Amino acid sequence: MTNNRSWIPYLLILPSVAFLGLLFVVPLVQTIWLAMSDNGMPSLANAERMVNDINFARSVRNTFLLTIVVVPVQLCIALVMGTLVAKVGRGRETILWIWTIPLGISDLAAGLVWLSILQNTGYFNSALFGLGIIERQASWLSYQTPVALFLAIAIAEIWRGTAIVMVIIVAGLNQVPKEFREAAEIFGAGPWTRFWRITLPLIRPALQSALILRTVLAFEVFAVVYALGGRNFPVLVGEAYYWQNQNQNYGVAAAYAVLIMIISLAATLVYLKAIKVDPERLP
Amino acid sequence: MSSQAMTAQTTTDTNTAGFVSSRRWLLWSGIAALCAWVLVPIYLVALGALGGRQGVYQWPKTGLPTGISIDPFLLFLRTEGVVQSFLNSLGAAGITVALSIILGAPAGYALARYNFHGKDSYRLLVLLTRAFPLAILALPLTVSFIRLGLYDTIVGVGLIHTVLALPFAALVTQGIFLGVPKELEEAAWVFGCTRVQAFFKVVAPLALPGIVATAVFAFVISWNEVFAASVLTVRNRTLTAYLLTVLSESPMHYRFAGGLMLILPSVVFIFAVRRYLFAIWGISSK
Repeated sequence: MTNNRSWIPYLLILPSVAFLGLLFVVPLVQTIWLAMSDNGMPSLANAERMVNDINFARSVRNTFLLTIVVVPVQLCIALVMGTLVAKVGRGRETILWIWTIPLGISDLAAGLVWLSILQNTGYFNSALFGLGIIERQASWLSYQTPVALFLAIAIAEIWRGTAIVMVIIVAGLNQVPKEFREAAEIFGAGPWTRFWRITLPLIRPALQSALILRTVLAFEVFAVVYALGGRNFPVLVGEAYYWQNQNQNYGVAAAYAVLIMIISLAATLVYLKAIKVDPERLP
Repeated sequence: MSSQAMTAQTTTDTNTAGFVSSRRWLLWSGIAALCAWVLVPIYLVALGALGGRQGVYQWPKTGLPTGISIDPFLLFLRTEGVVQSFLNSLGAAGITVALSIILGAPAGYALARYNFHGKDSYRLLVLLTRAFPLAILALPLTVSFIRLGLYDTIVGVGLIHTVLALPFAALVTQGIFLGVPKELEEAAWVFGCTRVQAFFKVVAPLALPGIVATAVFAFVISWNEVFAASVLTVRNRTLTAYLLTVLSESPMHYRFAGGLMLILPSVVFIFAVRRYLFAIWGISSK
């Protein structure tokens, strides 16, 4: 482009920069200040109050456990979906559409969907009863059954969140040239070797962004948990919500927010380091 | 549904050919199982939403569509606050769509067509938003929004939802504009169009389908957002915020009806943009 018009791109990005500055950067700084101050003075009182809260340790543990279980399972299912659909000719569009439906479903709705299945008179208990496994209605979502509640939340999250990973993985797989796999096949590589040595390294950029996106979202888990278990299963964002809305203590809520941000940023950095992406392959 | 038909079709094929067909059978049963994994829970919550109070306490359940009618769902719609919150959700999503396209598309165009100082910094800012749990930013905004009179308004919710959708819109529209050949635009200049004319007469029509798809995604992002909407509203709740607050005191079949009501529009929208899904995510995940 000509030099005398070099102001045009700045004019074009200016509105979005101003908007993100006002509603992303400013609140970000405000959150950090709210968390680290007390009556206008720098202080760690909020952080202390957060750490000493009875639900703090449980919410940290629960959030991490959920992320560690949910994200790898989602990645595996997404890779299976991508591999299966690559072998399909006719009907591919329909299958992909069905698999992407959960992409449009909110975490609250996903929680309610699985509530209908897992509640006491729900379909899961009915099926178990029909098979003669249980005698009467079992309860899976109470504080007395923490393991079952954890699994229920994990299943609902896997059900809802896999679609986004699948879409990114399939988009990545579409960009892998066929010739690479064919060449490997000619040289005698089996399906497993081709997958581990050819496909997986080539979709690294997709893997990286899917993992970053999904992990940040997993640390934000809230409405699924609330719909299925109420406060029986404390998680970090849920605690922030209660401190803000029930206790009206914005400082402690902000402290939780900062903690979640630090964890998300750390996870992102780990992925950026762990999954090296060849810079030449980036646009 | 169609996948089941295809499974049946491949089953008959198995009889004619040997090993290859059994592998195909395995492939299609895997696909059918994964389709069922997605569809059956939606079917079951729909049963719950249409089954009413009796449906909830029926034991043991068969999973068959017996005793369902539209009445329980209509009753839910007539519950105070439901329709209003539905309209509020539409309003917030509309604001999100408008703002994220108006602000995001020019940025996407700049990223696609120009090389300028600070381009990388801008991309970094956009990517940085992805590493943050954005909805959390609603917490400090409560105070500022109260001061500005935006607290408990649809505009306020639309603004914070735009923060979620805008980085996505900028990145995706960049990809869309990259797909419109620069030569076409330059040809329009040669024939005497101004830059603005060239954009609206040549580039915009070609980019329109992709931009519509981006808008649909912005809509879905706003429609589904729970946390920020719940924190920033009290009376003017969006559907998600309304359902979240009345959840603990609602009967089961109301909860299922709410779940179904959240799901239906999104499913329709995802269907509408299914052709663009993979192109868009291919772009935005780079």
